[in-house]
Amino acid sequence: MQYVYYPGCSLKGTGRAYEESVLAVFDKLGIQLAELEDWNCCGATAYMSVDEHRSFALAARNLALAERQAPDTAMVVPCSGCYLTLNKTCHIVKDYPEIAQEVKTALDRAGLEWKNRVEVRHPLDILVQDLGLDTIRQAVVRPLKGLKVAPYYGCQIVRPYSTFDHQIYPTSMDHLLEALGATVMHYPLKTKCCGGSMTGTVPEVGKRLSYILLNEAKKREADLMATVCPLCQFNLDAYARDAAHAYGPVNMPVVYFTQLMGLAFGLSAKQVGLQRNIVSAMGSLKKFCSTGAAGAAATAK
Amino acid sequence: MNGGNGDGDLRIGVYVCHCGINIASMVDVEKVAERAAAMPHVVVARDYKYMCSDPGQQMIAQDVRNHRLNRIVVAACSPLLHEKTFRGAVERAGLNPFFFHMANIREHDAWVHENRDEATTKAIDLIRAAVRRVGHHKALERRTVSINPNVLVVGGGIAGIHAALKIADAGRRVYLVERELSIGGHMAKFDKTFPTLDCAACILTPKMSQVKDHPNITLWTYSEVAGVEGFVGNFKAKIRRKPRYIDEETCVGCLECIEACIFKEGKFPDEYNEGLSKRKPMYIPFPQAVPQVTAIDPETCLHFKTGKCKQPCVSVCDRKAIDFDQKERIEEIEVGAIVIGTGFQTFNPTDRLPQYGYKILDNVYTALEVERLVNSSGPTGGEVVLRDGSRPRAVGILHCIGSRDTKTNIWCSRVCCMYSLKLAHLVHERTKAEVYNFYIDMRAPGKGYEEFYNRLLEEGVHFIRGKVGGVTDWAMVPEEEGRLVIRVEDTLGGFVRRVPVDMVVLSTGLEPRADADDVRRTFNISCSTEGFFLERHPKLAPVETASDGIYLAGCCQAPKDIPDTVAQAGAAAAEALALIDRGEVELEPNTAYIDADECSGCKSCLSLCPYNAISFIEEKKKAEINEALCKGCGTCVAACPSGSIIQNLFEDDEIFSEIAEVLSDV
Amino acid sequence: MKIKQSIRYDSERSSQFTKEVVSRPGGEMIQACIQCGTCSGVCPLSNYMDRTPRQIIYLAREGFGDEVLHSRTIWMCTSCYACSVECPRGIKITDAMYALKRMAIERGTYPRRFPIPVLARTFFAMVRRNGRTNESQLAAILFLKTNWLQLLNNARLGLDLIRTGRFSMFKWERIEGRAELNAILSDDGKPE
Repeated sequence: MQYVYYPGCSLKGTGRAYEESVLAVFDKLGIQLAELEDWNCCGATAYMSVDEHRSFALAARNLALAERQAPDTAMVVPCSGCYLTLNKTCHIVKDYPEIAQEVKTALDRAGLEWKNRVEVRHPLDILVQDLGLDTIRQAVVRPLKGLKVAPYYGCQIVRPYSTFDHQIYPTSMDHLLEALGATVMHYPLKTKCCGGSMTGTVPEVGKRLSYILLNEAKKREADLMATVCPLCQFNLDAYARDAAHAYGPVNMPVVYFTQLMGLAFGLSAKQVGLQRNIVSAMGSLKKFCSTGAAGAAATAK
Repeated sequence: MNGGNGDGDLRIGVYVCHCGINIASMVDVEKVAERAAAMPHVVVARDYKYMCSDPGQQMIAQDVRNHRLNRIVVAACSPLLHEKTFRGAVERAGLNPFFFHMANIREHDAWVHENRDEATTKAIDLIRAAVRRVGHHKALERRTVSINPNVLVVGGGIAGIHAALKIADAGRRVYLVERELSIGGHMAKFDKTFPTLDCAACILTPKMSQVKDHPNITLWTYSEVAGVEGFVGNFKAKIRRKPRYIDEETCVGCLECIEACIFKEGKFPDEYNEGLSKRKPMYIPFPQAVPQVTAIDPETCLHFKTGKCKQPCVSVCDRKAIDFDQKERIEEIEVGAIVIGTGFQTFNPTDRLPQYGYKILDNVYTALEVERLVNSSGPTGGEVVLRDGSRPRAVGILHCIGSRDTKTNIWCSRVCCMYSLKLAHLVHERTKAEVYNFYIDMRAPGKGYEEFYNRLLEEGVHFIRGKVGGVTDWAMVPEEEGRLVIRVEDTLGGFVRRVPVDMVVLSTGLEPRADADDVRRTFNISCSTEGFFLERHPKLAPVETASDGIYLAGCCQAPKDIPDTVAQAGAAAAEALALIDRGEVELEPNTAYIDADECSGCKSCLSLCPYNAISFIEEKKKAEINEALCKGCGTCVAACPSGSIIQNLFEDDEIFSEIAEVLSDV
Repeated sequence: MKIKQSIRYDSERSSQFTKEVVSRPGGEMIQACIQCGTCSGVCPLSNYMDRTPRQIIYLAREGFGDEVLHSRTIWMCTSCYACSVECPRGIKITDAMYALKRMAIERGTYPRRFPIPVLARTFFAMVRRNGRTNESQLAAILFLKTNWLQLLNNARLGLDLIRTGRFSMFKWERIEGRAELNAILSDDGKPE
């Protein structure tokens, strides 16, 4: 199995731990990821509200590059924002011929061609649909027994172009985490917006939404929240202190689902970037972390 | 007179209908008539506001007399609507009714185009083709066949029960076939009926008993129609009677076998109570079931599962009615008419609408489940209680679940507003709980319905106008803790509300049964896009189907409430009786026949005929078509390698001349 | 008590406005709205809006353009698409909100000092220069341009990010194909 890999700006910055854990886990599972050469910013949703057409053109360059680099190979996109923007561009040009023409003209100027054939997919989709839970179960060397996880999907991987899970009540990550041996909580806010895009514009609302998510996980006595999105992780992790300051104490670590996979596969905390959490998850994860030789052995295997 | 005078020179009359403005607004009918007048052999061409009206028909008759016309073309609506009308007019004018052809310039033209010039051109093309075709028409004779006076009623809900009783009361034999163990259908599960609140069982069970006792009704429960052959007046049906492992003739319904069953307590979900209670493998669906005969569920019975049961049921039955070796049987019957009343299924919100928490959160129920809860013969004896046995303090009823939604079912299910009001009343009456209705539009158009809505308003039930966004157990404030929270926009207030309740009732809509498509194929009828069976005409033939002799009743045709279902069932019975009382039926002469000189005896047509109308005559080594059985589908005509099968009204020169002419401009 | 009339005259309506919304991607279906309120019911931000999403669709449908474009609602949309996937009429509400935001920016009716247009401009300049964005820089510039006090408020966050190796204020992510990218983005008729 091999895929083109589109990291996006976040995974090179605040979401570095996501990249580290995605690469480590895919490597462990024998799935090859080839980073898209010379990729550019996806076009991002905030920008989309101002200049939609240019943001489609930005996205389209990446899609064109992907088709050139590895024809008929799906592109894995871990960041929900990028995943949506790239997917939306594929859909929009199908639905709106005028926009398709504009995008084509823009690409022509750069001598690029995009046939709208590359599939944009999320790692969760690849892991659950292509690889399958049985394979994942077999790779587990250290089951996450007793770890209580609140599964948090955020909004943009299942909406609006859901291809692999339910748009309101997705369950694929629940099943995946269960395959790792974790206890998955009933978490009613699994696709409720984290407020990430509000923290820059209307911070008090952003903080409130974050607090609600963190507090609900805490009330349900989760050890931590697992997420699939670098924007949600950043928002919930980095603004947790502000949210707590405004609304009440809440100490709820938020980690990437791939970090949990890595630990279950025997990787070390460092290999999956757990040291990058601001609200540390080590309290509940320490017992699953391989240290020294054990970790190295697990990695070598 | 049917011989007509079709010979000699062709003298054709063309009539272009305005259909009010249906055609005239998109087609320049005057121009079309003008152009038609110049077509070969056309003697008269006229346009008229309503060709189907009496003056329109008389115009044809007059022209036939005055202009010695011998062929008629009417350009109007679909032949489905008025071919019969105009053939009648032609016949009354003294011509053979098949010296006529209809060009459809409404459905095929005016209604589907937006450019008047193009639509006009198309109308001219269609008429030119019809004019050319009608010249090849031959005089044909209609045949009549006698009608079998028996009627098959499929489905034993209130629709089938009512239709069966009406037909049986008129002195005709009825075969009533029901898939489940008992007749009664959905209505048997209800407690009260809106808006009068009379007890469903009290009005239904007498009718069920009448069915059982009626000398003219043969009732086959736990049975399905396996196949239907034949045509109007002469259907042959195969009925599959599934084994219930109890001899129906012997069992008297003493129910002692249930008592004796090796399972001391019920252990398996009781379908009749929507799974809210448990039953044994030996069971009767409900106390008033008709027939009063128990049944064994082989999926759960210890004898069938392991072969190691001591069979206390057998020893307790002194009538020896238990028969573990009972096998499926096929009954073959002949009937003249069929009434289909196969009903509906309620929308299942599991997986399809998880946002409402059904099967995720404990105290989210479907309306049908609550029907059982409020029913005194239900799992709680009529007590409205939560899964933990406590009484709800507040109940939310969510309308339009699986209705009026492009993601699920786009139609309004018609009954949910009213049954929601009924449940609101009953729940409020039994529990004194605060009851909230969340609705998009309150639809109460029926006798006494609006008054019932008014009554509920006066009872203090809350009506919040807004489709619920979701049901959650996520609490924001202390009074929401441990309860279900409904998030909704109060569209009349103009703000979003969170309403904490203890019980959520999903007013699920009505949809076609999952196997409606199989049923449709079995009876060779059509369904509309949403999957309900299609009536012949939405206004004027609401219980007939496109297949003669097959009628519809109840929710298999569209969602409707009990009064409408009963009315439609009565209408279906009347249609069936009208057909039967006619005694004989005229058949379309569009049947196929074999030119024996050309037939090579290859037999390839034999297996293709869906009506088994073709047989092979060994002595002559030729195939032969039984015209009484031929439905004129044309399959054999197209398949015959030697081109020796000819179909009346669809002869090669008729079809090819039509095609050639319609394409002559292209 | 100050008495205010709340009547609306038909002259305050503009069918042209409705037509414009309908003509934009996402706005096509607004006329199919049955006003059920599902969008507001599922919207996680609807409790912060001055008008619910349903009302915005209604007002746009009726042509009350001023009310729509001056509403805070369109700026509160975080594009979580809950309304779009739940709408029983298939209205692409999130995309309609995008269309309305753009109409507001074109007409200059967005709330003063509201950072979205500033954010977008900063973002675009950065992408044009480097091909990629740098979140830390982006945030810093945004705060400087709109509300520099926020920069101070977020100082501690900055320290956290440095501590965890997630801060990249001074690291340049630049792509090779910058000329190519500029060709794609150089659309003469359009303002940057």
